Amino acid sequence: MAIVNNKPGVLNRVASLMRARNFNIESLAVSVTERSDTSRMTLTIVGDEVHVEQAAKQLYKLIDVLKVQDVTDESIVEHEFALIKVRATKRTRPEIVSVAEMHRSKVVDLGDEAVIVEAVGEPTEIDTLVELLREFGIKELVRTGSVVMSRGSGSIEEQVKR
Amino acid sequence: MTQAGHVPGAGTPAASAAERARRDMLRDARVTARDGVRPRIGADALCEAILLQGSDTIWGYPGGVILPLYDVLVDHPELRHILVRHEQAASHAADGYARASGNVGVCLGTSGPGATNLVTGIGTAMLDSVPVVVITGNVPNALIGKDAFQEIDITGITLPMTKHNYLVRSADEIPHVIAEAFHLARSGRPGPVHVDITKDALMGETKATHPSVAEIEAGLPGYKPKLDGHPRQIKLLAEAIAGAKRPVILAGHGVLIAGAERELLELARTAHIPITWTLLGIGVIDETDPLAYGYMGMHGWKHVNRAIQSADLLIGIGMRFDDRVTGNVRTYAPKAKIVHIDIDPAEIGKNVVADLPIVGDAKHVLDALLPLVTKVDPATRADYFAELATWRTESEGSSWHGSGGFREGVLSADFVVDRIAAGSNFDANLTADVGQNQMWVARYGSFRRANSHLSSGGLGTMGFALPAAMGAAVAVPEKVSWAIAGDGGFQMTLQELATIVQERIPVKIALMDNKKLGMIRQWQEIVYGGNYHSEQLAGPDYLKLCEAYGLPAWKVSKPEEVDAAVAAALAADGPALIWFEIAERQNVYPMMPAGKGLSDLIDKWGDDGEDVTEGATGPRVDPMDPTSGGAK
Ligand SMILES: Cc1ncc(C[n+]2csc(CCOP(=O)(O)OP(=O)(O)O)c2C)c(N)n1
Ligand SMILES: [Mg+2]
Repeated sequence: MAIVNNKPGVLNRVASLMRARNFNIESLAVSVTERSDTSRMTLTIVGDEVHVEQAAKQLYKLIDVLKVQDVTDESIVEHEFALIKVRATKRTRPEIVSVAEMHRSKVVDLGDEAVIVEAVGEPTEIDTLVELLREFGIKELVRTGSVVMSRGSGSIEEQVKR
Repeated sequence: MTQAGHVPGAGTPAASAAERARRDMLRDARVTARDGVRPRIGADALCEAILLQGSDTIWGYPGGVILPLYDVLVDHPELRHILVRHEQAASHAADGYARASGNVGVCLGTSGPGATNLVTGIGTAMLDSVPVVVITGNVPNALIGKDAFQEIDITGITLPMTKHNYLVRSADEIPHVIAEAFHLARSGRPGPVHVDITKDALMGETKATHPSVAEIEAGLPGYKPKLDGHPRQIKLLAEAIAGAKRPVILAGHGVLIAGAERELLELARTAHIPITWTLLGIGVIDETDPLAYGYMGMHGWKHVNRAIQSADLLIGIGMRFDDRVTGNVRTYAPKAKIVHIDIDPAEIGKNVVADLPIVGDAKHVLDALLPLVTKVDPATRADYFAELATWRTESEGSSWHGSGGFREGVLSADFVVDRIAAGSNFDANLTADVGQNQMWVARYGSFRRANSHLSSGGLGTMGFALPAAMGAAVAVPEKVSWAIAGDGGFQMTLQELATIVQERIPVKIALMDNKKLGMIRQWQEIVYGGNYHSEQLAGPDYLKLCEAYGLPAWKVSKPEEVDAAVAAALAADGPALIWFEIAERQNVYPMMPAGKGLSDLIDKWGDDGEDVTEGATGPRVDPMDPTSGGAK
């Protein structure tokens, strides 16, 4: 995860660097932080330790990047949000609702032919839910990509030197 | 004018009283113009900001949206604008200016094609960590994004090849952005910074003042180059040195950028370690010093690569173990513990795995290391040094350099480079182009001091020599500036002959004419089984060319004519050119084929002693004549 200046073009700089250095971004989530002049990016990059470390170092070379933290081996909370539109009939609707409820998710839209399930949790939990819902037929799926926070009192935002 | 004693990385030079007075004057929001006083506009702020940063020269070319700047240049007479003939040359000249002086170079172009023409020079400066500030004009704010006339997304283009870039849309931003751009360009690991300024910003009235260094730094919370190495790592290095039997220092550009030549020499002397260098590290040590062992890598000296392969400790300082230096990394220095000192943390572990990484500025790290290094009695390394000396004699003897480039009737390139260096008392700045000529300069230039060798190492940009030598000549007028170029590279930027004549820039050009894209020919011979294509190069009659441009020129085809021509070119007041008709098929040996390792050097002389000048003595191929055989 990285804290960056909240300025136009910064996302482009990060994306361009990742492309040029041949790192593949699995997922990316961006939002403003507690302070409005900085944003937080959570990037998921797949690779060995050296690869990921190199990605972090390259990120640091960007002037607009204030702090980078590789949390691969750290104790973190990692959550993702998903919306899943599932094909439904009168007969399957109750089943879908109960699958959703068993997986810490809920139905947020209930139509005659489709329901939308909202899920929050670890990416693997969402994977499992998606797998189960696939039996009914998934019409649409959107996932935000992971956002993470390290456990305990440490704060990446507080580590930004100003 | 060079700024004496300015250390890159040290931020804005300390302001003297006169300097402060000038700064105050500049901060006044009005400008004395030809006819009285007029409001200060963004373009004025730009000129002031450049001057305040200690740069006095802009290499540029005008165009529509940048004209507001040209409209006010007359009011900033301390700022010299040199009109080039192609923007690519402006970017290389700013680069050469920076490499030779350590000061930031500045170049300028208009939007669209002016800006894209600068791109090659930006990439060249990026890969070689050269501090350059590149300024382009852009279309008025309201037209941005509209595909307006000569609009191109130039910041999008330069983003991946600059240390940082900006799009400035208002005059008030200019002083801060320019000061920040210079700060970023010269500090930490230097590099090019691009500032794209819209026409409105150049024309808008502004009272914005110039920031102090502290203000600039406060505005850059994400940018804190780490200068001091970790004390624990430095202590480990001192211990590693004490325990090493066959240590070798690998010195790179970072040593020169940090100005750490003295500290490097002290380390080598105290612990009795041979110094080897990368292409951009040439000049870290006087090559005649007993501890100077030589140039490494793909076309480096065999003895140097041998020493690296047999070392038990490699101390890389301010270098990046790139592929031209290591060859195949799997077979690189198999017995060595690798120490890697570099200011850029991302370099560490990028190409080779460092056993002992130290992030920091070369000078800071060496300063901290020196007191911890135990003095080594040279006698204890006698066997090691004796072996090194034997290897060296062998490898130098197997090359033309050792066996004498002066061969009957043959003008060999190494001999020419050697005579140019000697004829200039080993004190000139030599700027190489790219190709065989570049390697000959690196191997035979016999460099004695820092920043006297300029070469496009990382990008390998043909056409670099003449414009970069132009920059060096202006930055360091007290040193002779040679451009040593192949006939291919010279033909890429020879339009700058007009610039050096018009501006009276005393560049001395050594045209190494083998009538070939020599390095291409060499690869086609060795790597592609002699399947030659597009390596024959027609060129003009260079004496007539120079006559047309108005500069003196000499043609040299025999070894015995070289010294006189060099002396004549040096004696000429202003620019001059020597057209050396060198052997057409001389190869650069040794050579490490791509993908191979440092131990797999091809060395023609070592193998069969075959004379590689056969092409020069055999039937001559006239490249202008399509019926004459060609190399096939
Ligand atoms: C702009 C550019 N285009 C192509 C190349 C590829 N290249 C490398 S060396 C070389 C031949 C150079 O020929 P010349 O300038 O005559 O120098 P020589 O090798 O003969 O000394 C070429 C084409 C390059 N380095 N730069
Ligand atoms: Mg040539």
